[in-house]
Order: sequence, then structure tokens, then C-alpha cells
Amino acid sequence: MQDVEDSPVVAVADGIAEEAVVPDPPDQPRRIGGLSRTGVLSLCGAAASGLCIAILLFGQLAPLSGAFGFTVVAYATFLTVYAVLTGLEEDGPAIRDKVMTVVLWSAASVLFSGLVLVVGFTLWRGREALPHWNFFTQDMQAAGPLDPLSNGGIAHAMLGTLIMISIALAITVPLGLACAVYLNQIPGAFSRFVRTIVEAMTALPSIVAGLMVYATWILGLGLQKSGLAAGFAISVMMLPIVIRAADVVLRLVPGTLTEAAEALGAPRWRTVWHVILPTARSGLATAVILGTARGIGETSPVLLTAGFTAALNADPTAGPMISLPLAVFSFVKSPEPTMIARGFGAAAVLMALVLVLFTIARLIGGRGAGHRSKGQARRAARASRRDVQRFDDLHAPALPLFDGENH
Amino acid sequence: MSSADASASAEADSEPWRSEDPVRPTAVRGFGDRVFRWQLTAAGVTVLAIMAAVGVFLLLRATAALKVTGFSFLTTAQWQPDVHHFGIAAVLTGTLLIALVAVAVSFPLALGTALFISDVAPRGLRRTLVAMVDLMAAVPSVVYGLWGLFFLQTHVIGLSRWLSQWLGWIPFLHVDGAQPGEPLASSSVYTASTFVAGLVVALMVAPIQCSVMREVFAQAPLGEREGAYALGATRWGVIRAVVLPYGRGGMIGGTMLGLGRALGETIAVYLIISPVFTIQPHILQTGANSVSSLIALHYGDASDFGMSALMAAGLALFLLTLAVNFTASSVVARSRSGAQSEA
Repeated sequence: MQDVEDSPVVAVADGIAEEAVVPDPPDQPRRIGGLSRTGVLSLCGAAASGLCIAILLFGQLAPLSGAFGFTVVAYATFLTVYAVLTGLEEDGPAIRDKVMTVVLWSAASVLFSGLVLVVGFTLWRGREALPHWNFFTQDMQAAGPLDPLSNGGIAHAMLGTLIMISIALAITVPLGLACAVYLNQIPGAFSRFVRTIVEAMTALPSIVAGLMVYATWILGLGLQKSGLAAGFAISVMMLPIVIRAADVVLRLVPGTLTEAAEALGAPRWRTVWHVILPTARSGLATAVILGTARGIGETSPVLLTAGFTAALNADPTAGPMISLPLAVFSFVKSPEPTMIARGFGAAAVLMALVLVLFTIARLIGGRGAGHRSKGQARRAARASRRDVQRFDDLHAPALPLFDGENH
Repeated sequence: MSSADASASAEADSEPWRSEDPVRPTAVRGFGDRVFRWQLTAAGVTVLAIMAAVGVFLLLRATAALKVTGFSFLTTAQWQPDVHHFGIAAVLTGTLLIALVAVAVSFPLALGTALFISDVAPRGLRRTLVAMVDLMAAVPSVVYGLWGLFFLQTHVIGLSRWLSQWLGWIPFLHVDGAQPGEPLASSSVYTASTFVAGLVVALMVAPIQCSVMREVFAQAPLGEREGAYALGATRWGVIRAVVLPYGRGGMIGGTMLGLGRALGETIAVYLIISPVFTIQPHILQTGANSVSSLIALHYGDASDFGMSALMAAGLALFLLTLAVNFTASSVVARSRSGAQSEA
């Protein structure tokens, strides 16, 4: 705008003459996103100058020190220089857009580098313990805190985790899915109330879940700490998570499918059993697997309800039992470096377990309800062809010749 | 017989039949359906009962302790239940401070990442990024705790020192016993602090906040976005004018959901802090406490009465997170209805 109004004056200056002689430049569509050469160059230039100014300030000119201050100064300089460089060519809104785009990129990269650091650090520190094969096959009964890594392992914790999560799943899957179906299929004031309570309980502090089982199972009924109690505590914590995720998935089942089933005269339970649940199967599996991943990693409910043990215990009803997170927790509280190495090894195993579960969840889930993978579509087509064949076979003998035999 | 005749006679045939017995399009409720409904309702009631039992049993167990202390349970900063001198003033303050630090750090990160995923990131990358955020929420808390204890703690001392050196005049950033100008001063005054614990908890709650915000941002009406673009807005202009106003409810709700999670975090906080039983407002200074780590610390050696006191502390934490979470989910639910986009 400014350029056009000032054109007679600006035209004198030969530097921007080409711009100014055009009296009314045609409207250019605004570029949103995408790379341009000037954009990349000014980004690189700004980054370089940010770095250089920070080095200059911290090394030579000013009495500043510390990595954090360096980062802050470098980043602030970078943003300022980038804004100025962009401002040479673009107008105000475009400058704000470019600078904010860079800010959003940096926020996301900080968060994701946090994730990479956490996962990477755990796996990296786990490298000391993981190559020892006995780490996976032995328990800690015969190994003292001073023993080298070639003695003792976490077999008892792996078995304990497996047993506890199986107990929790045995409770959570049927109850959670039934409750999710209830919330979807029987609408009303009461189911709305249940949904509200369940949603509020998704943020139930895990230690409170442990405390509740401790209050009822151990103090109330006078039973001892055991794997069963820990399984109960984990399922109290997992239930709302699974119900909520399953509820969301069930809501996505297309209404036309259920209407078709109802129109054919199917009773409600057959509609649920043969139409709604199979349609939402992948989403439900994802909900369960993600709930499992959360349940496996919980330490505090197990801490209160399972007790510590160094020995392998396969009986969830009697005697203390330990899980992987609890093993990590108890290992790293020791001052011995080998115990800490074991703790990181156990954490790496736990992390790997969560990663595997997560990958499975992504592979079978990730698609909306009613969207089939290629294999599923092929299987469905095959089944449908079989049905056509079956109907044909049924109708083929319906000739007058055989009519008498059918009756 | 012409077709008109046929239809007329069909009409005549069907008409009396329809008026006598109208076919309503409802499924017949057979025996199987009634059983099915009962089973589902039973499941719903069971879940409700389990969830109610959490509150009821905590309250039952906590009454013994609450009767002794009464109101001073909220104002005492000591934890000596065996001499009947205990209260949650210190630990509750600690819990709130850790959660506030966590939310203050995680909010900009989560907001930036949510906007990045919903508007800025290349389309092919979005599904991967969403999966990474979900994975981040699934990483066990003990792993975050380990990372905070063995990695972050040593690297954050410089930051703490820097903050206390330049901003130490702000009361809550002050550190007792710190020697700002002295490069060889002991760094132990900065470890095991509210700040370090808050940073770790921030990483744990950021994915929850981020996914709630992203979901709401993704629902910002496409027509309004396109309208803004058509009027010549930049991408940031669209975010400012359409996405942020539309997603305000989700931002508030997501942040509060994260706050609820941060209040209840146990193991990471337990691993990092060194417990103190005074009200500790200096967040950079060593020593802090939270309700959940108090429970984890003392449940093992507690007497019957001490256990009751811990149950009371657990009940307070439970009620606090419940209140925060109820508010959060109602805010999110209201924002999802799209009522705010009309204004």
C-alpha cells in the first residue's frame, strides 16, 4: 500500500525503480507456509548471528555465564534478527506469522526432544545390565547389593508384572467394556451420571487407588499384601481410562449400521454383539492396550499393596510380589552402582514393554470405526462371496423336482 | 388389470389394516434384550460402586485421625501422628507448588505443540507426532523419575543458580545459603527442589494437556478458517482469529486436567525431592514435599493411628484432584459443543 502511494517520489531512487513504476501491482495470493529461498537464508543467517552474539557476549564482552543464559540470549537474538530480516521484504502480519511459526516449531521440538531424552537416556543407561543373560532368567534372592551384574536379575519382577497385569485385565476388560457399552446403549440420567463420575476418575491419583485397596483388602479384610491386591489396585486405576477410551470409540460407530440391524429386526443385544462390537474392534483393542500400558507402568499402587520381595513368587494369592516399576524404584534407592545399573536395566525392559504395546496399539488401531484394512476388506469380500454361493446353493435345488422331498 | 387398479386395491386392502394396528418402528424387547440391559446396568452400577468405594473407604479410615485434629489438620505443618501433632499444611503447599511449576512450564510447551500439530506441521508428519504425544503419556512415571533424578538434576543446577542469581530478589526464587558470585559454591542447595520435581512433572502432564488442546483446535470450524485465509490472513492470523478463540475452553480444560494429574503424581516426586515438613515457598531451594510422596514415605512404618492420618491426607488429595478434574471436564465439555464459536 505504502509503495503505491509514494510511487512518484520513490521512482527517483533507482534501487527500487522496478517496483515503483508499476502503478497498481496485481494482488498476489499470500504465501502461507512452504519454503522459499529467502526464508531459509534468513533463518540460517538469524541462527548464525544469534549464536555468534551469544558467544561474543558470554565469552568476551559481558560477565554472563551458564548454559541456560546462553540459550536464552542466543534464542532471543535469533528471533529478533529473524524478525528484522523478514521485515526487509514482508509486511507486519507476515513477520508475526514467520516469527510465531518458528516459536511453535521450537515449542514442539523442546517437548519431543524431552521425550527422546527420557526414552534414550533410560535405554542408554540400561546397556550395562541388559547384555547379561542372567538378568532375564534369575531373581535377586541369591544376589546381594555388592554382587556384580553377572549375578541376579529381574525374572521375579517380570513374572510379577505379568501376573498383576493379567489380573487387572481380567477385571478391567469385561467390566470396562460392558460399562462403556452401557454408557452408549442405555442413555438416561443415570448413565450420564456414571459417565461424569468415570470421567472425573480418570485423574484419580494412582496412590489413592492403592490406598483404597490397602484400606479395604489389607486393613479391612485383614489379608496380607499380595499380587492379587496389587492387581485390584491397578484395575481400580485402569478402569476409568479404559471405559473412557472405549466410550469414545463406541460413539464413533456409524449410526447407519445399527439402524440397519434394527431394521432387520435384530434384538438390541444381537446388534451390539454382532454389529457394534465387531465394527469398533480395533478401537476397543487400542483402548485396552493403552490402558494396559498405563497400568504396567504404575508404581505407587503396587508399592502400597504388593510388598517387596527378592524371590520369584508365582502365586498371586499368597506372599509378597514385585513388579517391574517397583523393582526399578527399589533398585535405584540403593547407593550401590550395580544396583542402580540393575534399576536402569529394569526400566529399559519396562520401557521396551510399553513401546511394544504401544506399537501394537498403533498397528491394529489408528483407524476409525468402520474403516477396514486391506486384509480385513479381502476377508469380508471372501465371506460375502461364500454367502452368495450358499444362497445360490440353497436356491438351486428349489426346483419342482425336489419340492416333494423338502417337505 | 391396470397398474392404477392394482395400487388402488392394494391401498384399499392395506388401509384398514394400518389404522387398526400401526407398525411402530421399535425393536421388540424380548427376553434376551431384558437380560442384556440388566447386565449392562449391573456393569455400570459396579463401576460406580467401585469409584464411590474409593471415597467412602478413605473417609471411613480417616475419621479416627480427623476426629482428633479437627480443623487444625489443614493448618499444621508437622507430621507426628503418634503424638497427635500432624497436618497437611506443608505437604499441601508443596503439592500445589510442584503442580504450579509443572503447569507453568508445561502450558506453553503443550499449547505450542498442539498448535504445531494442528496447524503448522507438514501433513505427513501429523499422525506420527500425535502418536509420539500419546507415547509420551504412556511412558511410566518411574522412568520419568529416574531421568529426573540421574539426568535432569545435574543439568538443571546451572539454570537454578542462574535464576536465583538474577531473579533472586523475587521472594519465591530466593535461595537461602546461595552464594551467587561464587563459582565454586556448593551446588547442593539447588538439588532435590520443588523446581526440579516440577520440571519432571511438567514433562509428564504436557502430553495430556497437548492432546486435549489439539483435539479442540482440530474442531475449529473449517469454514471460518478458510474465510480468514480468504480475507488475506496469515497462518498465525488464522490461529489468532479463529483457532485460539474457538479452543479457549479446551485450553483451560486441558491445562486443568494436567494440573489434576500433576497434583497426584507420586513416584517421580518421591524419587527427586528430599522431604521437609515445613512450608517451603522457595521453589529453587532443596527440600520439598507432596501429599502423595508423604503417603509413599510413611505408609510402611505407620501405626494404626498413623495410617488413619495418612488416609486423611489421601482423602484431601482425592477431593482436591476431583474438584480440579470436575471443573476441567465441564469446561472441556462446554467448549466441545461449539457454543463459543458463535460469540
